[in-house]
Amino acid sequence: MTTHDEHAHPELGFWRKYIFSTDHKIIGIQYIITAMAMAVVGGVLSMLMRLQLGWPGTLWPRLEEIFPVGFAGGAMAPEFYLSLVTMHGTIMVFFLFTAVLTGGFGNYLIPLQIGARDMAFPLLNALSYWTFLLSCITILGALFAAGGAPLGGWTAYAPLSALPEMGPGQGDGMTLWILAIALFTASGLMGGLNYVTTLLTMRTKGMSMMRLPLTQWALFITAILGTLAFPVLLAAGILLTFDRIGGTSFFVPAGLFTAAGAAVEHSGGHPLLWQHLFWFFGHPEVYIVLLPAMGIASDILSTFARKPIFSYKMMVYSMSAIAFLSFIVWGHHMFLSGMNPFLGSLFTLTTLLIAIPSAVKTFNWLGTILGARIQFTVPMLFALGFVSTFISGGLSGIFLGTSASDIAMHDTYFVVGHFHLVMAVAPLFAAFAGVYFWFPKMFGRMMNMTAGKVHFWISFVGVNCVFFSMHAAGVIGHLRRIYDPTQYAFLEPVYGMNQFISISAFVLGAAQILFLVNFFASIWLGPKAGVNPWNATTLEWTVPSPPGHGNFGPELPVVERWAFDYSMPGAKEDFVMQTEAPTRVESS
Amino acid sequence: MASGSGIGKVTIPGAVLGVLLFVFVLVSIWLSVADRFWFPDLASEHGGSVDTVYVVVLIVTGIAFVATQLLLAYIVTRYGARNGEKAAYWHENARAEAILIGGTAVTLTVLVFLGQYVWYQIYFTDPPEGGMVVEATGQQFQWVFRYPGDDGVFGDLDPTLVAGTNYIGLDRNGAGADDILVVGQMHAVADQPVRVVLRSTDVIHNFHLPHMRVKQDTVPGMSIEVWFTPTETGTYEVACAELCGLGHFRMSGMLIVDATQAEFDQWLEDQLVFQ
Amino acid sequence: MPTITEDATTIRVPEPVQPLDGFGPPPRTPDEDGGGEDPRPGWRPAFPVSRGRLVLWLVLTVVVMLFAGFSSAYIILRGAPAWQNVALPASLWANTFVLLASSVTMEWTRRRTVEGDTASAKKWMAATGALGAAFLGGQILAWSELAGAGVYLASTLHSSFLYILTGMHGLHLAGGIAALAYVAAGLFRNRYSAAGHEPVTLCATYWHFMDGLWVYLFLLLTLA
Ligand code: HEA
Ligand code: HEA
Ligand code: CUA
Ligand SMILES: [Cu+2]
Repeated sequence: MTTHDEHAHPELGFWRKYIFSTDHKIIGIQYIITAMAMAVVGGVLSMLMRLQLGWPGTLWPRLEEIFPVGFAGGAMAPEFYLSLVTMHGTIMVFFLFTAVLTGGFGNYLIPLQIGARDMAFPLLNALSYWTFLLSCITILGALFAAGGAPLGGWTAYAPLSALPEMGPGQGDGMTLWILAIALFTASGLMGGLNYVTTLLTMRTKGMSMMRLPLTQWALFITAILGTLAFPVLLAAGILLTFDRIGGTSFFVPAGLFTAAGAAVEHSGGHPLLWQHLFWFFGHPEVYIVLLPAMGIASDILSTFARKPIFSYKMMVYSMSAIAFLSFIVWGHHMFLSGMNPFLGSLFTLTTLLIAIPSAVKTFNWLGTILGARIQFTVPMLFALGFVSTFISGGLSGIFLGTSASDIAMHDTYFVVGHFHLVMAVAPLFAAFAGVYFWFPKMFGRMMNMTAGKVHFWISFVGVNCVFFSMHAAGVIGHLRRIYDPTQYAFLEPVYGMNQFISISAFVLGAAQILFLVNFFASIWLGPKAGVNPWNATTLEWTVPSPPGHGNFGPELPVVERWAFDYSMPGAKEDFVMQTEAPTRVESS
Repeated sequence: MASGSGIGKVTIPGAVLGVLLFVFVLVSIWLSVADRFWFPDLASEHGGSVDTVYVVVLIVTGIAFVATQLLLAYIVTRYGARNGEKAAYWHENARAEAILIGGTAVTLTVLVFLGQYVWYQIYFTDPPEGGMVVEATGQQFQWVFRYPGDDGVFGDLDPTLVAGTNYIGLDRNGAGADDILVVGQMHAVADQPVRVVLRSTDVIHNFHLPHMRVKQDTVPGMSIEVWFTPTETGTYEVACAELCGLGHFRMSGMLIVDATQAEFDQWLEDQLVFQ
Repeated sequence: MPTITEDATTIRVPEPVQPLDGFGPPPRTPDEDGGGEDPRPGWRPAFPVSRGRLVLWLVLTVVVMLFAGFSSAYIILRGAPAWQNVALPASLWANTFVLLASSVTMEWTRRRTVEGDTASAKKWMAATGALGAAFLGGQILAWSELAGAGVYLASTLHSSFLYILTGMHGLHLAGGIAALAYVAAGLFRNRYSAAGHEPVTLCATYWHFMDGLWVYLFLLLTLA
C-alpha cells in the first residue's frame, strides 16, 4: 500500500519497522505485549501463592523439579513464599499496570486521539520502552539472584530492606529489585515528559483541552502525577542503596542486632522515614494505575451506552482533584506505624476527602448508562465490570481510611481484598476492555467475541469469589504475608475459605489463558476489521485499521466537537464523528 | 431531569449481568452479617468501640454498596439496545450532582468525626491509675516480654550484653536486677489496664492481639506505648502482623489473662527461677 | 414550540496564540510533524510555550521533586537526637562564588546571543564552561578536604547528606556542562542569531536553576 505519505519515507526493513521503531503505535504495542508477558509471570507467582495458602504443608514433588530451592524437600519454603508475594506485587503494580496503561495505551492512543502524527519526541519514546524492557529483565533477574528474590514485600520497608543480613533474598535480590525500580522510574519519567508535551503542544486544530476524550485527560493527569511522584521514589531508592552498600544510616537506627546476636553497624537513622517517602510516592502510584483505567472505562461506557458521557466537566475536575489529593493522603498506610496519632487524624480526614471525587466519578458512570441503549459488546461488559468492582473495592477503602477501624483491618486480607478489587481487578478490566476495543485498530482484525464473552463471565464471577471473599477472611483476622495461616488457632475459620479462594483463583487464572490465546490467534486469524467497527466518534476511528505511518492522510483532521455525540437528536446516525462540522439542530 | 426516550430492551447479557449483581449483593450481605465471618471473640474494653466503628462504617458503606450495585443491575437489565433506537441525549444535571456530592460529603464527615472520637479515646487518653506495665520486644522471630519486677522500673539495655537467654541485652546491675524476662508468654489480670511498651531489636514487627483489638507496629529505635484492659480470662494468641522476614508467619506468642492478681503474682514468682 | 438553537456542542475553535517575544513555538517543519505537511498554514495549538521550554520545565520539575525527597529526609533526620554536624570544608564557599559567577557569565552569553553579538557571546560561553568545570573540580577538592579531615560518607548523617547532596548536584551540573558543550558547538558554528537562539536560552535557564539549587543545598547543609 503506497500512500502519499510514504513517499517521503523509504520502506523500512522488518527490524526498523517492528522492533527498533520510533513509531508510537509500534512502541505502544511493544509495551502491551511486554506487559502481558510480565502479567503471565506475575499471575503464575500468584497461583503458586494460592497453592500454598489453600493447602499449607502439602508436598509437591513435581514443583520441586521446577524450583529445586523454593520447594526443597517438596514443601514450599517460607522465604520462597515471601519472595513470591514480593515479586508478584512488584511485577503486577509496576510492570503490568503502570506499563500497559500508560506505556501501552498512552503511546498508542495519544497521537491518534488528538490528531498528531507521532509523539513530540519519538526517539525519547523508543528509549523509554527499551529502558522499560531492561528494567523487566532486571526484575526477573532478581528471581534468580543468589539467596533468592527479595522477601520484604513490594513496599520494601526498612530496615528489613536496608540490612542484607536480615533475611535471604535481602542481598543481591534486593539490590536487583532497587535497580529495576530505578530503571522503571527513569523509563516512566521519559514517557511522562513526552505525554505532557505531546498533549499540550500537538493537538490538532479544534482539539481544545475540553474536547479531549476522557482517556486523554486521564493520561495527561497521570503523566503529571508520575512526574511529581517518581522522583521521590528515586530519591528514596538512592538513600536506601547507600544504606545497603555505603554504610550510611538513613533508615537504620542504632543498637540493632541480628538473630545471631551480631551487632549491626548503623546509627541515627529512622525506619519511618522510608515509609513516608515510599507512600508519598506509593499512594499517587495507585492512582497512576487507576486514572487511565477510569479514562478508558469512561469512553467505552459512553460509546456502548450510545449516550454522551454524563457531566464531562465534573469528570475532568474530579480526576484533577483525585490527583491533587493523592499527594496528601499517604499517611493512611501508616496509621499504626508509630507515627504521631494526631497525624493519623489528619490523614483520615484527607483520605475520606478523596472518596468524594471518586464518588462523583461513580455517579457519573451510572448517569452515563442511565437512559442508555446499551450494546453488550465485550469491551462494554468489561467496562461495566470495572464500575462494579471499583465500587466494591472503593467502599472497602472507607473501612481502612477510618483510622479507628483500621486497627482491626490493617495488615489483614481485608486490605488485600480492598486493593485487589480496586487496583488489580478494576484496572485489569479496563485494560481488557481497552484491548478488546482497540485491537481492531491495532492489528486490523477483530478478536473472537464469543471467547471474549466467556472470558468476561468467568473473570467477573471469579474475581468476586477470590477478592470479595478476602474481605471476610480479613475480618476474621487472616493476616497478610503469612506463609501458613494454620500457625494460628484463631484463624481456623479461614482454612476452608482459603481453599475456596484458591480454587476460584485457579479458574480465574485459566480464563486468562483463553484471553491470551484469543489475542495472539486473532492477530493473524481474526476477521478483518473496518475503519470504525464500533461506530465510535474519536479520531482514531477515521483512519484505516491499522493506521499507516504518520497516522493521518496528507491533511491532519480538524476537530469540530467533543467526543461524546452519541444519539444526538437530529443526527442521521446514533453517533457523530468528532470531525463532523456542527449543525444547527431543531429542538422543542 | 431531562427525560430520555424511556426504557430499553431487556437483553440476555444485560439480564444475566443484572441477576449476577443481585446475587452478589445478597451474598455480600450474608458475608457481612453471618457470625462465622466475624471478628475473633472480643476480650477487651476498648475493643468494643473499634467494633462499633466497624459496624457503623459497614452500615453506611453497605447502604451505598447495595444502592449503587442494584442501580447498576437495574440499568444493565432495563436499558439494552433496541434495534435502531437512539438513547437519551442528556449529559448534565447540576442539581442531581450537587445533591449526590453534598450527601456523600455529609456522610463522610460524620464518619470522620465518629471514627476520630474512638481514635482519640484509644490514642490520646492515659491508662487509668493502678495498671501494670510490661515491655514487649519484637525480634526475629519471637516476642520477649519484660516485667519491671518489684522496683517497678525497667533496667537499662545494652546491645553488647546480648547472649544466651538475655535476648534483649538487659543490664542485670542496678534497676535491671529484678526485671523478669519471659519469651513468648505474657500474663495480665482481667479488668486491669495493661500498659505495653513496644520495642524491636532488628526490623519492624507488629504487636497484634486479635481478641483485644490491639495492633501496633514495633519500630526499632522507637518505644511506642499502647494500653488495653482485658475483660475476659483465658488464653489468647499474640501475633506478629508486620512482615519481618522468613519466620514472620510463626512469630506468635501467648497472652494469658488471669482472673486475680494473686494468680498473676504467683506466675511472676515462678518465672524468677528462669532469670 | 420548535425553535432553532445552537447545537450544544458548538464550541469556539481556540484562536492561535501570537508567539510572544522569544517564547513562541518555532515554525513547524515537515519533519517535526512526522512527515506530513501542515494542513493549515499558521495553525498551531494554543499553547504559548515552545516545546523545548516546556520539556525543560518538566525536567526541572523532576529535579525539584528529587531534591524535595532528599530535603525532606534531611529535615526529618535533622531532628533526631543522634544528629552530629560536621565542619563544612571552606572551599565550598569559594565554589559557591565560582558557580554564582558562572551564572553571571551565562546570562551575558544569553544576552549577547539575543542581541546578535555572537562574537562576544562565544567568549562568555567559554568563560561559563571554564567556571562550571572549576566548580566541579572544586567540589571534588572539597570532598578530599573532608576525607582528609576524617569525615567520610558513613561518618555521621550530616556527612552522608553532605556527600550525597553535593554528588547528586554535581551530576546534574555535569549534565549542564554537557548541554553547554552542545550549545557551544552550535555557537561556534554560528548557528544561533538574534532570530533563533532557543538552545542558548534553554541552557541558560537550566544553568541558573542549577545555580539556585546549589545555593539552596548549601544553605540547607550549613544552616539547618
Ligand atoms: C488503584 C488503587 C487504589 C485506589 C483507587 C484506592 C482507593 C482508596 N483506598 Fe486504597 N490501597 C491501595 C490501592 C488503592 N486504594 C493499595 C495498593 C493498598 C495497599 C498497599 C499495601 O499495603 O500493600 C491500599 C491500602 C489502603 C489503605 C491502608 C490500609 C492498611 O494498610 O491498613 C487505606 C487506608 O486508608 C486505603 C484507603 C483507600 C480509600 C479511602 C480509597 C478511596 O479513594 C476509595 C473511594 C471510592 C469509593 C468510596 C467508592 C465509590 C463511591 C460511592 C459508591 C459513593 C458513596 C460512598 C460513600 C457515601 C462512602 N487504601
Ligand atoms: C496490581 C495488580 C495485581 C494483580 C493483577 C494481582 C492479581 C492476583 N493476586 Fe495479587 N497482589 C498485588 C497486586 C496484584 N495482584 C499486590 C501489590 C500484592 C501485595 C504484595 C505484598 O504484600 O507486598 C498482592 C498480594 C497478593 C496476595 C497476598 C499474599 C500475602 O499477603 O501473603 C494474594 C493472595 O492470594 C494475591 C493473589 C492474587 C491472585 C490470585 C491474582 C489473580 O487475579 C491473578 C490472575 C491474573 C492473571 C493471571 C493475569 C491476567 C492478565 C493477563 C493474562 C494479561 C493482561 C494483559 C493485558 C490486559 C495487556 N495477591
Ligand atoms: Cu515479626 Cu512479623
Ligand atoms: Cu493509599
